[in-house]
Amino acid sequence: MNQQTLDNPTFLEKKNWTRFTPLERTSRFLFYVVTLAAIVVSMQTIEIIPEFLIDAPEQFADMFNRMWPPDVSYYPDSIHDAMLETIHIATLGTLIAIIMAIPVGVMVAENVTQNKLLNWIARFILVSSRSINSLVWALLFVAILGPGPLAGAFAIAFRSVGFIGKLFGEALEESHKGPIEALHTTGAPWFSIMTMGYWPQVLPTFWSIVLFRWDINLRESAVLGLVGAGGIGVALSTALELFFWDRVCMVLLSMLAVVAIVELLVTQIRKRIL
Amino acid sequence: MSNAATSNGKRKYVPKRNWAGTIAYILLAAYLLYVLTLFDINLQRMYVGIDRGAEFIGRMMPPNFERYALLIEGMLESLQIAVIATTVGVILSLPVGFLAARNLMPAWVTWPARAIIVACRSFHPVIVAILFVKAVGFGALAGSMALVVASIGFISKLFAEAIEEISLKQIEAIRATGAPFSSVITYGVLPQVMGRFIGFISYQLDSNLRNSTMVGIVGAGGIGGTLFAAFQRFDYDFVSAILISIIAVIMVAEGVNNIMRKLYR
Repeated sequence: MNQQTLDNPTFLEKKNWTRFTPLERTSRFLFYVVTLAAIVVSMQTIEIIPEFLIDAPEQFADMFNRMWPPDVSYYPDSIHDAMLETIHIATLGTLIAIIMAIPVGVMVAENVTQNKLLNWIARFILVSSRSINSLVWALLFVAILGPGPLAGAFAIAFRSVGFIGKLFGEALEESHKGPIEALHTTGAPWFSIMTMGYWPQVLPTFWSIVLFRWDINLRESAVLGLVGAGGIGVALSTALELFFWDRVCMVLLSMLAVVAIVELLVTQIRKRIL
Repeated sequence: MSNAATSNGKRKYVPKRNWAGTIAYILLAAYLLYVLTLFDINLQRMYVGIDRGAEFIGRMMPPNFERYALLIEGMLESLQIAVIATTVGVILSLPVGFLAARNLMPAWVTWPARAIIVACRSFHPVIVAILFVKAVGFGALAGSMALVVASIGFISKLFAEAIEEISLKQIEAIRATGAPFSSVITYGVLPQVMGRFIGFISYQLDSNLRNSTMVGIVGAGGIGGTLFAAFQRFDYDFVSAILISIIAVIMVAEGVNNIMRKLYR
């Protein structure tokens, strides 16, 4: 230590570099403790019946034995129409969601709608749409519209509004100001600014959001039938309730095929529009 | 459609028409009409629906919290399912994610790992829950296992992608010192991806919480079973109480998530 440059003995100590402030360290430590406590408490209190757990591999083997070979004849009988219905539910739901999501997305974007109250209303709509799972939306719409694919389409639509609206609003907020200001100076009305200024800028993002959601909706609409909202889920729950595991297997295989085809399709379309 | 924006001024700007786009829009509109007729949607049905909807909301309206014991019990079970599924899912998806990263592992290792990820992602958690209910019986265990599968699919995929995007310079530097593979992982790879990994975990916890309120519909434990039973008994005031509690719990969880993200920025 060079005493001439370091008159103050605590100088060196103070220069000690730490990555986090004491407050950050304490709060992180507390966070670890809370997380660990939550895990331990959950592990200890969760209700597990040991006999069932020991039995599980046997049951799994039994299930796969019953599933194989899949009942191929079930496809033309019931699966094909139900699968088409599922695709219709997902697509119609996404289209209805677009119609509802565009105004909400415009309302939530702070640079387009300069009104705090409207922003908050739109944000509330988006959050409540996203907090309720599509199965719950389906339960609600089955109670309102009666069982059938229409209830499923509305469930998908109401669940998707939150997703599409949120991402669409974010895309609007990220758009460039230049063209908008140019349109303002020409005295263009609000509607022209929207269609000529904002819309061309967010168009590719918008369609890629919609495609992404359509992909998710196809998977989600497959389970809506479990609560009576139409589609392939009805065929699945019928097969399950009758314990026709070979039919269940056929349903699962056709779902897998459709999901794979749609994924390929979406990747291709996305390449074209982006 | 952009023609509508031109004013009646002297100079008329006619934008070039995007024919492929126009045809796509027309096809979409035609499809919409086709599906509307297919699903037999008409004004009369809509009218009846609105009537019934109003009655339905009327019956939901004063939410009934009288059976709060049942509600809290189901909600706690949902939380347990979410916490356990996320914990086990994270522990299992760490190795799967590593094995699936193409820049660290040879092809014969990444392919099986990727197959696991695809298999875990291909079905909706509720469908996976049905299979686990058959295997381990009704209850929270089946729900937890179903959500573990979903978590592995999601976290390992994003984790593998994050590893594939890291900078190789630091890894090369550590390799140059003669460090063994495990040190390359702990000092070269992990510090680069840890922040994003925490983000994935918090997202997955959120998503597991949402799904854990649902798997009960097929008998896999949690508040979903209570909700479904209330629906089937037309206890709509209890239904609205459950829905309000679910939304409240999810909002609190989002707040906790935000704190967590700030801590581990």
